[in-house]
Amino acid sequence: MNVHDKYKPLTFWDRIFLPRVLQGLWLTNAHFFRNMWAHTLRAFGLKTDWKGSITYQYPEERRPFFPRLRTMHRLTKREDGTPRCVACMMCETACPAKCIYIVATERPEKQIEKVPATFDIDLGKCVFCGYCVEACPEDAIRMDTGIIEISSYTRNGMMLNKDMLLSFTPKKEYYVKETSLVE
Amino acid sequence: MEIIVTTLIKILFFVFGFVFSLAALLTWVERKQSAVMQDRIGANRAAILGFRALGLFHIIADSVKMFVKEDFTPSGAKRFIFSIAPGLSLFFALLAFVAIPFGDTLIVNGKPISLQIADLDVGILYVFAVMSMGVYGVVLGAWASNNNYGMLGGLRASAQMISYEVAIGVSIIGVLMVFETVSLSGIVKAQGQLIGGWLPKWGILVQPIGFLLFLTTGIAETKRIPFDAPEGESEIVGYFIEYSSMRFGMYFLTDFIETILIAAITVTLFLGGWQVPYLMADGFHFPWGSLWQLSNITVSILQVAAFTFKVAIMIFIMMNIRWTLPRFRYDQVMSLGWKILLPISLANIFITGVLIILMR
Repeated sequence: MNVHDKYKPLTFWDRIFLPRVLQGLWLTNAHFFRNMWAHTLRAFGLKTDWKGSITYQYPEERRPFFPRLRTMHRLTKREDGTPRCVACMMCETACPAKCIYIVATERPEKQIEKVPATFDIDLGKCVFCGYCVEACPEDAIRMDTGIIEISSYTRNGMMLNKDMLLSFTPKKEYYVKETSLVE
Repeated sequence: MEIIVTTLIKILFFVFGFVFSLAALLTWVERKQSAVMQDRIGANRAAILGFRALGLFHIIADSVKMFVKEDFTPSGAKRFIFSIAPGLSLFFALLAFVAIPFGDTLIVNGKPISLQIADLDVGILYVFAVMSMGVYGVVLGAWASNNNYGMLGGLRASAQMISYEVAIGVSIIGVLMVFETVSLSGIVKAQGQLIGGWLPKWGILVQPIGFLLFLTTGIAETKRIPFDAPEGESEIVGYFIEYSSMRFGMYFLTDFIETILIAAITVTLFLGGWQVPYLMADGFHFPWGSLWQLSNITVSILQVAAFTFKVAIMIFIMMNIRWTLPRFRYDQVMSLGWKILLPISLANIFITGVLIILMR
């Protein structure tokens, strides 16, 4: 598209400003009076489902997450409560930020020979790309806890260890209602 | 002695009671009105004991913040001028309220007290003289702060304010011609007349073009959007770039006080000032001939309330414009002032003169 088509020269009505100013004022005032009317009705307890704003009042009121959102990591468990992780190092290899540190160890049972002795994630380095989740062959790591408030005063505070990762469960109440999270 | 006491009481009541509290309230109004216009809620978090009061406590929180912040003077700044410039700006904005009539005459203990701090015969000229002095506060502050961006803002402010000073002066001459006086109280009293026995002879009815011109140039004088090239947050931050703490707060407050001032002058010249339609000194004289008698104190309260209400409406309109329009480019500001507003104002004077002679 030619630039000159996009920026047409101002017409006479544009150049005398006043009609365009009134057009703009009409728009903003329509919003103002409709929202003010809705706020007034709510203040008197009428029409409480009609909102005068689109604001989510965050700490009290949360915007529902969609299931694809990547939030803080967790490690899933088997039926008997042991971690699904087999310490195959796939996630550690796939991680572009190199923030996953796994130390593997042996396990006496026959079927599963390797388990992680430690499984640390440095959230200070993590870029939340989700490659670890995609790389995992055992569906052992997921990013569906719904925890997004991640902060700490120290670098060490951003480290997650195996016990912490295993303790998280997805916060279903933070997600949109229609979704069925696969448990 | 008595005149000093009454004047001091009037200053305390009108300047500090009316102007300052309204200016403080406007910081809240601006936030909330823009929020409602943009489908938001606006500042509502400052609370005292859990009560939020629609965010009204943000006024207190803001002023506490302004007072306790570090007051910083940059090295290389002219310390004395840098310190007095915000005060000058505020001082000249407040000084103009001396001539604004807030009401007619109130009778206390049998003595008439005019509800105007000083009834000057050259009222409107005095107001414009003081308003054009306001540019000193801006330019001195910008120059003394030893900052290139600040100086750019100051240069823009001075060019803009001096250009629009011409147009604003010419735009009101039509009103002065119609009411045949330059005294503000005289103009307001003249607007109490009725056209054809029922229509109040307000300035907006006899000078509609003058009203639009005055409002436009008046908004340009307040240096607020769409004429905020001197500030231009996104490009040069403006003449107060080096100011912090309450010195910045004074510039901030000056903006709102100038808004109130322009609203008050618009009301005085074009919207009948303290006039309530059909309300005379002794009560309502309705056009169908009936009379509703009221005491002097009731009439005075009605007049001051009408003035306040009209000022509030004008401020609402100015805030609306401020939150609707984008900023004019600097060359557009200049061409609008010199090429459009000034010729139309001159044509308005000519047409008004012709019409006055024809109607005689």
